[in-house]
Parts: sequence; C-alpha cells; structure tokens
Amino acid sequence: MADKKGGLHARILGAQIFRNAICIFLCFLSLIPFWIMIVNATRTSVDIQSSFSLVPSHYFLENWEKLLYQCNANVPLWKYMINSCIIAFGSTILTVYFSTMTAYGVTVYKFKGCQFAWAFIMAIMMIPVQVSSIGFFRFVFGLGLGNNYIPLIIPAIAAPSTVFFMRQYMQSALPLEIVDAARIDGSREFNTFNTIAMPLMRPAVATQCIFAFIASWNNFYTPSMLLTSQRKYTLPMFVQLMRGERFRSDHGIIYVGLVITILPIFVVYFILSKHIIAGVALGGVKE
Amino acid sequence: MAKSSSNKRKTVEYSRYGYFFIAPFFIVFAIFQLWPLIYTMGLAFCENYTDTMFNVEVGPTFNGLANFKTIFVGNDGSLFDTYTFRALGNTIIMWLMNFMPQILLALLLAVWFTDTRVKMKAQGAYKILTFMPNIITAATISVLFYKLFDFPNGPINQFFVNSGIWSGPFRFLDTKWSTRGIISFINFWMWYGNTMIVLTAGVLGISPSLFEAARVDGASSWQIFKSVTLPLLRPIMLFTLVNSAIGGLQMYDIPKLLTTSGYGDPDYTTRTITMYIRELAFTGSRQMGKAAAASLVLFIVTLFFSLILFYIMRDKDAIKEKKTIKAAQKARKGAN
Repeated sequence: MADKKGGLHARILGAQIFRNAICIFLCFLSLIPFWIMIVNATRTSVDIQSSFSLVPSHYFLENWEKLLYQCNANVPLWKYMINSCIIAFGSTILTVYFSTMTAYGVTVYKFKGCQFAWAFIMAIMMIPVQVSSIGFFRFVFGLGLGNNYIPLIIPAIAAPSTVFFMRQYMQSALPLEIVDAARIDGSREFNTFNTIAMPLMRPAVATQCIFAFIASWNNFYTPSMLLTSQRKYTLPMFVQLMRGERFRSDHGIIYVGLVITILPIFVVYFILSKHIIAGVALGGVKE
Repeated sequence: MAKSSSNKRKTVEYSRYGYFFIAPFFIVFAIFQLWPLIYTMGLAFCENYTDTMFNVEVGPTFNGLANFKTIFVGNDGSLFDTYTFRALGNTIIMWLMNFMPQILLALLLAVWFTDTRVKMKAQGAYKILTFMPNIITAATISVLFYKLFDFPNGPINQFFVNSGIWSGPFRFLDTKWSTRGIISFINFWMWYGNTMIVLTAGVLGISPSLFEAARVDGASSWQIFKSVTLPLLRPIMLFTLVNSAIGGLQMYDIPKLLTTSGYGDPDYTTRTITMYIRELAFTGSRQMGKAAAASLVLFIVTLFFSLILFYIMRDKDAIKEKKTIKAAQKARKGAN
C-alpha cells in the first residue's frame, strides 16, 4: 500500500517536472526573439553582421544617437510617439465612455426596439473593418479627411465588442435599484450615468481601457491606408519605414528602433499583466 | 388607480432616455461602418480606376458583374483560378497552419493548468510570459522576425551555421513554405497564450463536482478529458475557432512587413486577401471597383464563418429544449 502511494508520488513528481520543463521552454520561446533584439541593439552593425551573440555589448547609446540623427533628417522620432499617443488616447476614451453609455442604454431602459438594438450590436460584432476599407477610404477622402486623425479616432465610438463586455459586466455590477434611488433623489439621467454608473463600472472600464489602448497603439492597417504625410505617421508605420533603404545599411539602429517601439508596451504590460490576463479570461468565459 | 397610472407615465417618461444613450453608437456606426460597407458593395458593381497615363480617375460607372467576372474566372477561362482566390487560399493555408497547433497546445496547457493532482505553482508566470507576444505590435514583431531570418547574416542563420549544424545559410524568406511557416509561426506564437487563457477559464468554469464524480467512478485522466472536459468546452472552443478564422482571414500586418518586397514573396505565395485588395486599390492603376468586389468576396466568406457560429450556438439550446420536451412527452406516454 505504502509502496503504491510512493509510486503515485513519483509519478506526480515526474509529471510536474515534465510539464514545468515544457512551460519553461515556451516562456523561453516567448522571450528569446526580444532578447536577441535587445542584445543586437547594443552591438555595432559590423558585430551584428559577423557573429551571433546572446551577451549585450555597450554600443546602445551610439546606436540610439545614430537613430535619432537619421530620423531628425526627416521627422524626429518623438513625433511618431506623440502621434500614436494622440490617436490611442483619443480612441480609448471614446471607445470606453460611449460603449459603457450604449450598454447602459440597453440595460437600464426598456424602450421600444431595445431588444432589436441589442441583437443588432451582437450581429455586427463579427464584421471586421477590413471588408469595408475600400468604401471607408473613398468616403473619408471624399470628405477631405484623408491624412487626418478624425477618421482614426471618431469611429472608436462604435465598438460592439466593448459594448458587449460592458453589458455583461453591468448586469452583475449595477443593480437597477440604485438607478431608481438616484431618480428619487432627483438626479437627472445623464448625471446618474456619469456619477453613479461609471464609478460602479470602474473595474470593467479599466480592463477595457487597457485593451482599447493596446489595439489602437498596435493598429497598422487603417493608419497606413489613410495617413499620407510622414509627419502624421504612427509608430507601427515608422517600423515599416525602418525596413526601407535609409535604414537598411545599419543593422544596429534598426534593432534600437524596434526596442524603442516595444519598450512602452513592455513596461505597461509588466505593470498591468495580472489585470490584462484576468480581462482575457473574463472575456472568454462570458462569451 | 391614480397611483398606477402615474407609475405608468413615469416608466414611459424614463424609457425614452434609452434612445439618447444608444444614439452616439448607432450614428457613428451608420456613418463610419455601415455606409462604407454599402459604398463598398456599390463600388463592386462599378468600373472605377485611375488612368495612369493621364492620371485621371475613371468612373465610378455601373458595369454590372464585370468585376466579379475577373475575380471568379481566370484569364484562361477556368473558374477560381485567379489572383483573388489564390490570395484567399494562401490566407486560409496560413491560418490553418497556425490554428491547428495553436488550439492543441492551448488545450494541453489548459488541462495542465487546471489539473488538481499535478499542481503547477508557477502557472501565473507562465501565463504572463506566454501571453506577452499577443500585446506587442504585430508590425514590430514582423520586422523583428524579418531581421532574425535575414539572409545570409540574420541571427538564426548565424546560429545554425556557426554551431556547425548547417553547412551554409538558408534563404528563409525566398522559399515558399518556410515563409508561410514563419508567418504561421508568428501568428501561432502571438495567439496560443490568449487561447490558452480563455480555455483555462473555460475549464475552471466547469463544475468541479463533475470531475470529482468521474474520478470516484474510476475514470482515467484521458477518459475525464475526453468525456467531461472536451464536450463541455465545445462552445468556447467553437467561439475561439470562429474568432480566429475571422481574424485570420483579415491577416495583413505580418505578411506585409515580413516578406521581402512587402507584396507576398516569393512569387505571391504569401499574399493574403487583404494584401491583394489593398494592392488593387492603392497601387498602379488603383482599381477600386475590382478591389471592392474582392472585398465583397471576403465579406461573404467572413459572414459564412460567423453564421456557422450563430447557427451552432443558437441551435444547441433549441435542440436541448426540444429534447427535454420530447423526453417529457415520452415519459408521460409511458405513464399513461
């Protein structure tokens, strides 16, 4: 009996070692490309060309200065960052605020067509922007809004999947009695939404802010279609530029450029990773 | 009586505010998504391109199904042997190559992470690290891999040549299947962490008493997985499948920035449907009409996938209900 138990323990231990080894390998796989990137960002172009290394060198600042110099000849690097920030902050605020508002509208009020509105939001959730991009492009340029941030920010108001998430959350986090109580106290409807519902929704708002921000920050498809002047380019478009002729000669500065575009996301991710992962899990289960 | 009527008036008065709350969403949707979609559909039936010699736009003028003819019928008259369907084929191949291993690995990890016998204490860290590539800019990742697989002096080639495993460097991005493989790998590597987290949450959502009951009955781990976990996970897996398929069909950033020329090298074998649409519309003679028709094909394929999801998800509950009703009727008959 004792022997059998010992055998079981050994088997569990074996499985534990095996599974952890696989997972550690997968983590290694997640990190190694970024590690090579960081290492090569600290090496000279000649070194990068001649040998493979996993040990950082000390040319990072030189590469960084060369990169800034290369960029300054045309559009300074910080400009791309500011551009990406403007679009990402703008669209995040609009997405989260108006999605919560839409979810509030279909949850709290039982108006005529309420069911239909909800079914409609569910139905359009699956339509990707890519299928209508030709019409979008012609429409936006017809309005004279090409090379402008308005068509990159304003459409964020209609984000069906965020509305979906918000409604799911609202059903458990916002008791309708509170809305009634606010009415009795004389609060006006929009006031109730802004001062009572929004604060109660704070955890969902925070999660969706992170996701909306990342989605907008990483977006390459729409900006690369609409923005024509280089001064308006976003960070992912700058990454595309780095593949071009001007940077091709020096490998070190390309790696530095990549590090610069990834660094902000790395920092945000490792601070907020727990919330992000909880948000992903929640989204999956609710759907 | 008076009270009830005043109550009624009150609810009517408030419910009208609902329209104000949902109005911004629907107005913006109509302007920036619905109208462009209708516009695209209209353009698909029009001749619209730019004459490159004089740089003047031709059309849009209605030309019936001419755009669709060039999309469905090849130059030699064979059906589907066109750039559009080749691009669609490339997209589907690369999606399948990423999704198959992705769902299998995600499922395996989800089962491991929820195993109550073999506990994995470090799973929080594993989740954080394996999910990480998902939130990094796809554009940056593609350019990074473009550098890593560079010929002849990219780090991957250097590693294998310097360590003596290979005799010479390999042209990764000039070979059809290796380029497709790298694109699929990037997609796989970016998304399996996400799928794993979703599936783990799904397994945790299954009532623990079911697992306990199975274990008490002497079921092995494989039996529990096959007859408890897998069937109950089906809706979530289906959702993952459809989501991934719809996302995969729109694949653009990675092949665009990874391939050498940015047009799906080698020989257009990694050109996806969205890349082709944008190439038609925004390069050369800017054939907007044809591009719109190709978009419509993409839209219909996408719609097909989402309808499958809705069909299966909706039908399941209805079937269940019908079954219980039938069973109840049978039971009643038996009693009679």
